Amino acid sequence: MKWFWCVFFAFWPLVAVVLCAIAPSMGWWLPGPAASPLGHRIDDLFYMILVITTITFVGTQVGLAYVLFTGARRTDPDVQEKTWFSHGSHELEVIWSTVPALVLLFIALYQLNVWAEYRVKDAFPKKDMESVLARLHQKRTARDSIALAEVTARQFEWRIRYPGFDAEGNLLPLQEDPQPTDLYAVNDLHLPANAPVMINLKTQDVQHSFFLPDLRVKQDAVPGLVIPVWFEAEHIRSYPLLCAELCGWGHYKMKARFVAESDAGFLNYLRNLHSQQNYDGVQQKADDGDE
Amino acid sequence: MSSIAITHDAGAQSHQPAEDGIDRLALLKQVYKFSTDHKVIGIQFLLFNLVMLMVGGALALGVRWQLAFPWEQVPIFGHLVAKNISMGGQISPEFYTMLFTMHASVMIWLVIIPVLAGAFGNFLIPLMIGADDMAFPLLNALSFWLMLPTAFFFAMALGLGGELSGVRGGMDGGSAQGWTSYPVLSALKQASPGSEAGQFWWLMAVNCVGVSSMMGSVNYMTTIINMRAPGMTLFRMPLTIWSMFITAILQAFALPVLTATGFMLMMDNTLGTCFFVPSGLVVNNAEPTLGGGQSLLWQHLFWFYSHPAVYIMVLPAMGMVSDMLSCTCRRPIFGYKPMVYSLAAIAGLGFIVWGHHMFISGMNPALGMTFMVSTIMIALPSAVKVFNWIGTIWGGRPEFNCVFLNCVAFVSMFIVGGLSGIFMAAVPVDIYIHDTYFIVAHFHYVLFGATLFCVFGGIHFWFPKMFGRLMNETWGKIHFFLTFIGFNGTFFPMHLLGIAGMPRRYADPYLHPYLEHLLPLNQFMTICAIIMGFAQFILIGNFLWSCLYGKIAGRNPWRANGLEWSAPSPPGHGNFDIPPIVYRGPYEYSDPDHDSDFWPQWEPPVVRPKKPEPPADQ
Repeated sequence: MKWFWCVFFAFWPLVAVVLCAIAPSMGWWLPGPAASPLGHRIDDLFYMILVITTITFVGTQVGLAYVLFTGARRTDPDVQEKTWFSHGSHELEVIWSTVPALVLLFIALYQLNVWAEYRVKDAFPKKDMESVLARLHQKRTARDSIALAEVTARQFEWRIRYPGFDAEGNLLPLQEDPQPTDLYAVNDLHLPANAPVMINLKTQDVQHSFFLPDLRVKQDAVPGLVIPVWFEAEHIRSYPLLCAELCGWGHYKMKARFVAESDAGFLNYLRNLHSQQNYDGVQQKADDGDE
Repeated sequence: MSSIAITHDAGAQSHQPAEDGIDRLALLKQVYKFSTDHKVIGIQFLLFNLVMLMVGGALALGVRWQLAFPWEQVPIFGHLVAKNISMGGQISPEFYTMLFTMHASVMIWLVIIPVLAGAFGNFLIPLMIGADDMAFPLLNALSFWLMLPTAFFFAMALGLGGELSGVRGGMDGGSAQGWTSYPVLSALKQASPGSEAGQFWWLMAVNCVGVSSMMGSVNYMTTIINMRAPGMTLFRMPLTIWSMFITAILQAFALPVLTATGFMLMMDNTLGTCFFVPSGLVVNNAEPTLGGGQSLLWQHLFWFYSHPAVYIMVLPAMGMVSDMLSCTCRRPIFGYKPMVYSLAAIAGLGFIVWGHHMFISGMNPALGMTFMVSTIMIALPSAVKVFNWIGTIWGGRPEFNCVFLNCVAFVSMFIVGGLSGIFMAAVPVDIYIHDTYFIVAHFHYVLFGATLFCVFGGIHFWFPKMFGRLMNETWGKIHFFLTFIGFNGTFFPMHLLGIAGMPRRYADPYLHPYLEHLLPLNQFMTICAIIMGFAQFILIGNFLWSCLYGKIAGRNPWRANGLEWSAPSPPGHGNFDIPPIVYRGPYEYSDPDHDSDFWPQWEPPVVRPKKPEPPADQ
């Protein structure tokens, strides 16, 4: 029976590794390659950790299997080999403390850049964001917000506020407080693709979390805070947008989409919103009366 | 000297008749009494925790049912509670959120923490250090009896109290904020049905269990510091005692924060204070909140307790596994002092890593960096421990009994739980996997895979000391086999679900097209979970059967070194018939200078006639 258990403990890590190896082909893996430059770097970090942990996993499980097999052999009646009477080894302790320490420290320090770029305001790609706004011909001063939309979560939907247009049809900057010219949408976030864009994330009631799985973006929406979040979609298409923080019984149905558009497409979308929201029910322009 | 020598008798192989005058169920017969005997209290905790394990497991199976067969009628239980579930035996989303909230709450506060500190801590600490009881026996008894109001409050939080308890809508109105109970969801009654009376009862339970833990913690520290037998120096203490000691310190420092913050939340919830509620929130069209509070404050305070609590849930298991592995492998623990120091390092670092639960919460990103470095570094002492456990098996003569199998499973599962922790400790990767099933996989590998396998092993190992009989090995192995297969079948695929981006706490993830194809995998996991759940009946059955009919064990059936094995099985009131004196550390197995392959702590050194020394070469 002891051999059965040795094989048992050696076998399951094998199953685990095989399962992970076939997982991508079964669809049990990342939902497609990352769709944003930052997402690629997050994926790279993920794979780096995966390689290191897989090596450690296999190494320790092989070690465990080895000590189990040799230990089981030692209990065979005909084996004379004695139990190893030892209270430990200082050298080994030093080796297996310092080597993991160095690896772990490397992992930790290697992550910092990506994190800083994603979250630390000073490290945001501000220039690129401003150039997008310039491409959209936004009438702005240097003091205006570079956010293109305000996303407000509430039980159980996402409300989106865009800046509107002035009388000449120029895009206005997003103000902190709602403006009469603002445009609104629910569960449908449109933003330009292929450029870093920023949103202001808020919540109207409880805590929510803004989650774009394909872009590897997640940020909690915290009551009382306005949190800037930036991301860059690489493809012009629609991406799922979900809530990732328990917000009540309807948590699972905060389903929305994020549509990455070309610059022109984005402006078109806003113009459409604008005409919808300013539609007064009159089909044709009223005559001036001087005909 | 000779009188001490007879205290270790031949052990399990001695088949005394049952009528040898020893009442083996002496401790069990007192469980309904208000006993101040630490052994009775330990067994009271153990039985209570086993019952709660089944309750928590049933709640988990409800969760698994909904994930595998969403919106389908629940078998068996669906009819029983159909009155409470408005949808005729279906699991409603409110009911689902209640299920996972109460599953976590019951498992954490009524199973994992009390089974380690309460059951094994109480039973083992005085026995292992050679004391006749705890320092404060009455306080000890109170710490158990406070578990009953806790269970009552949790039952109310579950919605079992009906309208009388103020919970409207039966179990659909049960506490449903997740075990982390983040405000504002938990602070405002209008935020969800479970935030009304359910939340109040939940907070009552958590505060009550906190008081119970604190009583235990004070008691353990005092007992371990003051009541060790002569010769039991700190570095001759078994690692179980070291880990219990360090856990007690952790509890003493972390718990007051939870208790304080629990009362703050209770005031927010019932009196309308605004510790955690900022102004101007419009929740469900109610009046805007007055506010002035900060909801992130709760997260900081809660995790300041709950992260150390994660270690409270695993450190004692680490100590117990060290003792059991050393004994079953018949060799000294590898690196005793590194084991002690790494326990202390985990506990110390455990206080400065709480922010890793809040990487995406919007706290200052610079904090995220420091918390990441400290979190990743906590993997180091854990790694040292794993290497030392493997080193302990290395070169030993393991007997493949239930104790050993469960301990190996502990090590094997802890490796997975530790390694998956690195992914979420790395902040950028955590951005993606935070609040997905990857996290769920991680903490189940640590809390179930590690801690519960240790508890199963511990039950088999110390059962003879509790009831004077051994548990049945065959059924123990069947239980282990089914639990291990069921466990891995349930929880390993959760890593993959998390990587695929499936968020936690979704009543119906398949609403989202990119998760639809995960349904078959979830169904497989649920089948495994059902196997694992029902396998626990084997443990309970084996436990009860062995209490009455198990093979009779002597004082020291495992031929182990710890002081607890010098006492009778079960020990009478006051524990030791011969006051123990400690001569050596607890891990002197297979010493070539000793005739037997174990050398108990209480056995005096043999004075050998001195061999004639070789002439000094001069």
